[in-house]
Amino acid sequence: MQCNKFKECSSLLVVVLLICSSTKAEASTNETASTEHGAHPSGFQIVTFKWHHVMDPYIITLWILVASIAKMLFHMSSKLTTVIPESALLIFIGLLLGGIVWGADHSASYSMTPRLFFFYLLPLIVLDAGYFMPNRQFFGNFGAILVYAVIATVWNAASVGLSLYGVYLTGVMGELKVDGMLDFLLFGSLLSAVDPVAVIAVFEEVHVDEVLYIIVFGESLLNDGVTVVLYNVFDTFIAIGGVSVTGADCVKGVVSFFVVALGGTLIGIVFAFLLSYISRFTKRVQIIEPGFVFVISYLSYLTAEMLSLSSILAITFTGVCCQKYVQANLCKESATTVRYMMKMFANGSETIIFMMLGISAVDGSIWVWNTAFILLTLLFIAVYRAIGVVVLTWFLNRYRVVPLGFIDQVVMSYGGLRGAVAYGLVASLDEARVQERKLFFTTTIIVIYFTVVLQGCTTKALVTWLKVKRSEHRDPLISEKLHGRAFDHILSAIEDISGQIGHHYIWDKWESFDRKYLSKILMRKAALKSTDKILDVFHDLNIKDAITYIAEGERKGSLAFIKTPNTDQLVNVNFHSSKQSEVDASMSSVQKEGASAICLDMQTVEIRRKSLRDSEDVYTHHLLQQYLYKPKKQLKYKYNRHDITTNEDDTQEKEIFEKTMKRRLASFKSTKYGVSQSKKVAKHCKAAPSQNKRSDEMLSNGGQLVFHNPEFSDPEHPHEYDVISNGGSNFISNVARQAPGDTYNGIDNPAFMLNEEPVALQALPPWATNNDTVVLSQRARVQMPWSPNNFRRLMPLRLSGRSTDSFLLADVPVPEEKPLSFLPERTAL
Amino acid sequence: MGAFHSRHVENYIHDLAEKTGFSVEQVEILHRRFKQLSRDEDTLQPEHLYSIPDLEFNPIRTQIVAAFFDKRNFDKYSPQGTVQEIGFEQFLTVMSHFRPLKLRMTEEQREQLRLEKLQFLFNMYDLDNDGKISLEEYRQVVYELLSKNPKIGNESASIADAAMLEAARTCMGQMEPDQVYEGITFQDFLKVCYSLFVSQASLGFSNEDLFVKMNGFNP
Repeated sequence: MQCNKFKECSSLLVVVLLICSSTKAEASTNETASTEHGAHPSGFQIVTFKWHHVMDPYIITLWILVASIAKMLFHMSSKLTTVIPESALLIFIGLLLGGIVWGADHSASYSMTPRLFFFYLLPLIVLDAGYFMPNRQFFGNFGAILVYAVIATVWNAASVGLSLYGVYLTGVMGELKVDGMLDFLLFGSLLSAVDPVAVIAVFEEVHVDEVLYIIVFGESLLNDGVTVVLYNVFDTFIAIGGVSVTGADCVKGVVSFFVVALGGTLIGIVFAFLLSYISRFTKRVQIIEPGFVFVISYLSYLTAEMLSLSSILAITFTGVCCQKYVQANLCKESATTVRYMMKMFANGSETIIFMMLGISAVDGSIWVWNTAFILLTLLFIAVYRAIGVVVLTWFLNRYRVVPLGFIDQVVMSYGGLRGAVAYGLVASLDEARVQERKLFFTTTIIVIYFTVVLQGCTTKALVTWLKVKRSEHRDPLISEKLHGRAFDHILSAIEDISGQIGHHYIWDKWESFDRKYLSKILMRKAALKSTDKILDVFHDLNIKDAITYIAEGERKGSLAFIKTPNTDQLVNVNFHSSKQSEVDASMSSVQKEGASAICLDMQTVEIRRKSLRDSEDVYTHHLLQQYLYKPKKQLKYKYNRHDITTNEDDTQEKEIFEKTMKRRLASFKSTKYGVSQSKKVAKHCKAAPSQNKRSDEMLSNGGQLVFHNPEFSDPEHPHEYDVISNGGSNFISNVARQAPGDTYNGIDNPAFMLNEEPVALQALPPWATNNDTVVLSQRARVQMPWSPNNFRRLMPLRLSGRSTDSFLLADVPVPEEKPLSFLPERTAL
Repeated sequence: MGAFHSRHVENYIHDLAEKTGFSVEQVEILHRRFKQLSRDEDTLQPEHLYSIPDLEFNPIRTQIVAAFFDKRNFDKYSPQGTVQEIGFEQFLTVMSHFRPLKLRMTEEQREQLRLEKLQFLFNMYDLDNDGKISLEEYRQVVYELLSKNPKIGNESASIADAAMLEAARTCMGQMEPDQVYEGITFQDFLKVCYSLFVSQASLGFSNEDLFVKMNGFNP
């Protein structure tokens, strides 16, 4: 509440400032005109007030500032944005500001012009979406995306337009100054683009399905383009004149639809090629490297616009096609810069758009009310969207491996929000041609408000309600959760093995083409090498590793990569250790994951609380929710305009990768007893007995044998964690301090000794690392120097020639004295 | 691939389709995939599966791949031990546990398919093939599924323990203090997780009919 007050205060303050300045501007216009051009100033003035001189950029900057501050304030209260979508809040702010300006001088001085929108705001948003598009998914589901983007959009336009025309003929709407059907079709087409920002936000929280996600996301991108094309076709028809449109014109219209769309796409691809090629040679001018990405993308937009092709599609495809090569070619810093700038621009544009939507509405001169027309438009839009989605989904489901479910369809149809594109198009209507422009304008604004505010706010509630209704209220057992997840992984693996999902064949063909020709032209030599070699080596290692496991397992008669200890059959449920880290754990989950896990988790927690069961059980579920590896489907590709999420998938992949590496090391270790993490300790350990022995034996060696205790409830550990996330420099000292002297007692689960020990070295939290592939090797190196000597000695026995090399390779660059010395850089996020 | 269309091969495919419950087209698709995976060899080895890029980051990859070479999953007559390589028929048999539910299927057939899947899962847990999932075996899988974060480390064991306890509770009722629960048998396993399959809404079993539309795709 406090921050709400704060918000109002500060925004009022800024508004007052604005009003002062704008009224002053009005007043001073005449003065300045006279002073500048008329009489000479009476003498030399040390300081002059030159408001007029800076007025326009000043006001624009102020608007942006206000919007940013408003946004900042929304996010101070996390509750607010979860209940009301940000876009709705921004519209409110816009209305408020517009109202104040209106109240002050009874004229709406600011509104979003179509030019501002189409030339400056929209390209940034679209480019961002294209650049962050998960390509593989996008092209894998291209068919479905096209169906929704083209057919659904055309259907929306046609059905809404024709229905309105039909109702108009019955006379319910009264007399309208329209030429005929075409006006309504034009209106229908400008309202046909669905802006699924809100849908995507909802998906992230309630239902994460990779396929649906990419479909909706792809649709959102392409249908903007389709809408604009449709709009232009109808606009031209109207310009020709409703009566004199011939059949030939209609055919031309259809042809131009395809030419414009495909041409735009082509332009985009050409510019993507150009951009990728140029980015090969920008190494020397690192500072302006990021600029190339934006400038060339924008150029593609303008070029398409110039050739009257679809500029939205052009810039989309520039982003989609160039991302791979650009990311490989730019140096890491530039790539990061590009990512952040992209997000900043897109997010900023979106903020301004929604605020402007609010501000623009406060202008008495634009409002024309026609109840029947407006209500019917709202009704038709909702109904036809739903029909379109259901029919198309039914059709698509016949060809889909994983059909889209009921909830998905509800979300898609209910989430058919209309956004800024509709506004931009209606604002660019020519009143001379379309005489009911004002009515269309009013209706569009109301449709946008209605959908963004009302539907945006209620979608989540609706889905929750539906979900609750559909899924029974039974607490899932822990084992059910585990088995369920295991089974998900199996299914996902079976899919991979059978190669059924995502048109692998075409994709593979494309990949090989890309590798053979495109990459060679478009990627820097160094980039090519770095992607190939290092990963390949480690990949090979991994495969070999896994094979040895199985082989070894077979030799022992079973898959004995578990070290079977002689644990008692006693089931010890020990939750005490976990309590301490609970807060910490949930924190990290907030950082790491999108809301999905938490949302579900909250549900679990809530149900649990109701049933007043063990709080420990709650914790276990919580833990499961957080840490179970997710199958690929549930995880991939969350696009969010509001932040850059480190792709959790990568993190997960990296971890799995590391786990295999870890096991590798463990397998060496199991032959060479008692290896541990620091060299000092290693000396002691040579004398130490097998780690396979029972824990009490270890205890007897206590003073010398330093095992990193798997019991992380140890106060040491959370502490260490914090330090790491703060930045690396303390880390070393921490390790140094910790390593030599500490003794731990008690090993809870000897079964996991083997796998747990390297954890200490791997303690870098996964989200604190970079996503770069090279880092993998770097991090692997951290683990390698563990005991290089041992490896060398073991090598002839344990390793084949090739992996020996790579191990040596991995060892050499790291100075043995301080194997962790590069950590500080690495941890910097 | 040319030989594939000869008369003899066609019969062979029909036989396979009959045996495994796949449709002829599905068998052909899978055969092509098999060839692709095995690099045109007649047998498939673990490393072929390991080289599937998508599979690389599956946390229980090792277990899944191992399952393909586990006789229990394809050899009805001597379900013991593992093999080095499998032929297409074996591959198909393993895959057939995951074949699509057909619309015309009777309830018993669906039931059968669910059981097959559960058996597959059970076999994956039951590493030493003694018909019971022992605590260590359980812990191992839980560890694989869970050890995303170093912190979770030893808790994966306690979670496995808790799940084990839960299974014991579900299956044995109230246990005497000195009673020992040796491991989850397949019957117990069914009791614990059968509800998963019946209620599709919960826990992501919605893609149970994985291959439903396999024909629609052209690999």
